[in-house]
Amino acid sequence: MTEPTEPTGPMRWGRRDVLRLAGAGVGAGVLGSAGLTGCGFGSPASNGGKDSAAKKVSGGFDWKKHKGTTLRLLMNKHPYTDALKAHRADFQDKTGIKLVIDEFPESNYFDKVTLELKSRQGNYDAFMLGAYMVWQYGPPGYLEDLGPWMNNSSATHAEFAPDDFFPNLIKAGQWNFVNGAPLGGKQQWMLPWGFETNTVCYRSDVFSKLGLKPAESFDDLTELARTLKAKAPGAGFDGMYGIAVRGSREWATIHPGFMTMYSREGLKDFRVDGKKLVPTMNTPEAVDFTGKWAKMVRDAGPSGWTSYTWYQASSDLGAGKAAMLFDADTASYFQNTDTAAAGKLAWHPGPKGKDGSLATNMWIWSLAMNSSSKKKPAAWWFLQWATSNEHLLWAATKQQHIDAVRQSVADDAAYKKRLRAVPGFLDTFQAVIDQTKIQFTPQRNFFDATTSWAAALQEIYGGADAKATLDKLAKDLEPRVNG
Amino acid sequence: MTATPRWRRRLRPYLLAAPAVLLCVGILYPFFVGVAYTVYNFSDANREPSFVGLNNFADILGSDALWHSARVTVSFAVAATAAETVLGVGVALLLHRSSLLGRLLERLLIVPLMVAPIIAAIMWKLILLPEVGWVRPILSAVGVHGYRGTDGAGAAFFWSVVVDAWLYTPFVAILALAGLRSLPNSPFEAAAVDGANWWLTFRRLTLPMLWPYVLVAVIFRFMDCLKVFDIIYGLTAGGPGDATTTLQISAYLEAITYARYSRGMTFMLILWVVVYAISFVLVRYLGRVQNRAAGISAGPSAGAQAGAPAGAAAGAEAG
Repeated sequence: MTEPTEPTGPMRWGRRDVLRLAGAGVGAGVLGSAGLTGCGFGSPASNGGKDSAAKKVSGGFDWKKHKGTTLRLLMNKHPYTDALKAHRADFQDKTGIKLVIDEFPESNYFDKVTLELKSRQGNYDAFMLGAYMVWQYGPPGYLEDLGPWMNNSSATHAEFAPDDFFPNLIKAGQWNFVNGAPLGGKQQWMLPWGFETNTVCYRSDVFSKLGLKPAESFDDLTELARTLKAKAPGAGFDGMYGIAVRGSREWATIHPGFMTMYSREGLKDFRVDGKKLVPTMNTPEAVDFTGKWAKMVRDAGPSGWTSYTWYQASSDLGAGKAAMLFDADTASYFQNTDTAAAGKLAWHPGPKGKDGSLATNMWIWSLAMNSSSKKKPAAWWFLQWATSNEHLLWAATKQQHIDAVRQSVADDAAYKKRLRAVPGFLDTFQAVIDQTKIQFTPQRNFFDATTSWAAALQEIYGGADAKATLDKLAKDLEPRVNG
Repeated sequence: MTATPRWRRRLRPYLLAAPAVLLCVGILYPFFVGVAYTVYNFSDANREPSFVGLNNFADILGSDALWHSARVTVSFAVAATAAETVLGVGVALLLHRSSLLGRLLERLLIVPLMVAPIIAAIMWKLILLPEVGWVRPILSAVGVHGYRGTDGAGAAFFWSVVVDAWLYTPFVAILALAGLRSLPNSPFEAAAVDGANWWLTFRRLTLPMLWPYVLVAVIFRFMDCLKVFDIIYGLTAGGPGDATTTLQISAYLEAITYARYSRGMTFMLILWVVVYAISFVLVRYLGRVQNRAAGISAGPSAGAQAGAPAGAAAGAEAG
């Protein structure tokens, strides 16, 4: 077969020319910053609410204003979400807004959130997050500033009462995105929904039978855990081990019991040196503490600890496998119903630090609005209802939505009565609440720092030298958190 | 019959080439976007990215994390591919006998291949859990105590290889079985007449003739293992510590968990170079093996001439 003759002369294009042009176009399109921006990078962040959609809301407040809208929520599989689902019909009746809820377990929930926000498609209008997530999701502009919505009386119902939130909880949703800067400021990136202090929950029946008391110092705790592991199985508690704590290779391993005890020992994650963050996980005191923590888990913790998330750690307590749990007070509270250990659990603030400190790290499950949502007004209608006294009081008294983030709910007689029925829970809460705050240094690379920290902890647990491992961690982290 | 208009004649070559051009653009555009990311410092923490040249490469190539991840990746690929090859060929030899049981097992063989790797990883994670899994009671029954699941670095690596082998040994077995069934009978009949025992026949006849087929499976599996993510992430998340952190997991953590897109892409580009280089060497070796099997001393890859699976070889080359 003969090829058709190529035409000749000026401005004649050959196939090779076309291919060359296409190649050049691709290269230019890709390498140009516009091409990169088109892929979702370098997009502008919030401009401080200057052009917030909240400014367009006017007239009197009306719950039915967005009737007929459907909102999609991205939620963590959690009792708070269960409470929301149980109360969903009330919201839908009140507003005419339909809620579609997608739930994912915590181990991959935040990856799902990250990918959703990164896409900037606004598939989900609102979602659950923690205070630390503001440090990562805030700077690229993934979060809607809720301040303008809260401050617009046309958009917010009169009973919303933002001052009713505990101050350190509402403040946890405020940050200026400067590494090392304290929390606070004018912008509100999330609203607190429920929170956790970190305390020790223990099996009162086991302690009674063995004549043991909760530990008052960290060294006592490690010894107590070993004693429980050695003696509990022989006292009729077959297969029971001493203490359950989280151990999976993720940031969530660091923030509950570990960070609480670390803080009580007077230790910090970073030192702020001007504009620079200096890791301090490798000070002699931090090395000593971390080594002891890893040894405690190795000697008296669960087998398979390196895969332990809060689900495993807390369910071991409920199933009667663990004698103690040093984790979120709510995690143990949820195990006091419909489990083998139900009715046999008691709470204690946990060991004090060397100077008597009960410094406690805090986790705040919060609600935020996706800045790419195409239904922001309806999403705000949901957020203000979900964080209102109306829903939170119902959820706290009829469901398992504790700890209360609003003073009015915490003071409610029915709520208090419910908690008083649980031995030591309320007293423990009150003992630590004044010293409960976010103990981490606010910084943009929180997830890298804490995931790497968890990996180091696993290595030390596996027998690696604590000093060498933590020195390496600090050396590796310094350029990454300051980059 | 009317002549085709001139404009249509001129346009035809471009129209014929258009799908190929679109395909190239479709493949190359994302690739070059990825390459472009590596010379910037994109991350969620840095909203105003700037051009950093080869800093990401210098930083990552100079870090222990990369070399550790590379060691883990290659170790895993070698261990898993070796295990799957030995087991796969063994299973193929066992099934290469016409019996009712053999035919039944052949059907069962493909069951693991139908399981998504992440599901297999989670399934095995449950099996391996010391508190509730099946492994601890079995080990206790045979007198092995102190089992701690995937807590230890060695244990985590070992079980990752086991899960990969469980999932992909059937793939090797099916290819090896197809090869076995396509071998000519006459050499084996001659060996039997000469009184050669099973081992001698296997070593001198079966294995050399089967090797081109096995090698195709080895290349596919080795390249897949270099790119492993879901099995290890589902089983150990790269832990304990960083004992099972492969290049893919490092890239995932950088790009998704820590939202440092440029560093994540740099990891991926380094992995791509490694996979490409190793694949290139392996595919050339496959060509030589096929030539040898076909009795050709030199020249281009002669998979088709050798009667070896040319399509598979081409596939490996493409991969």
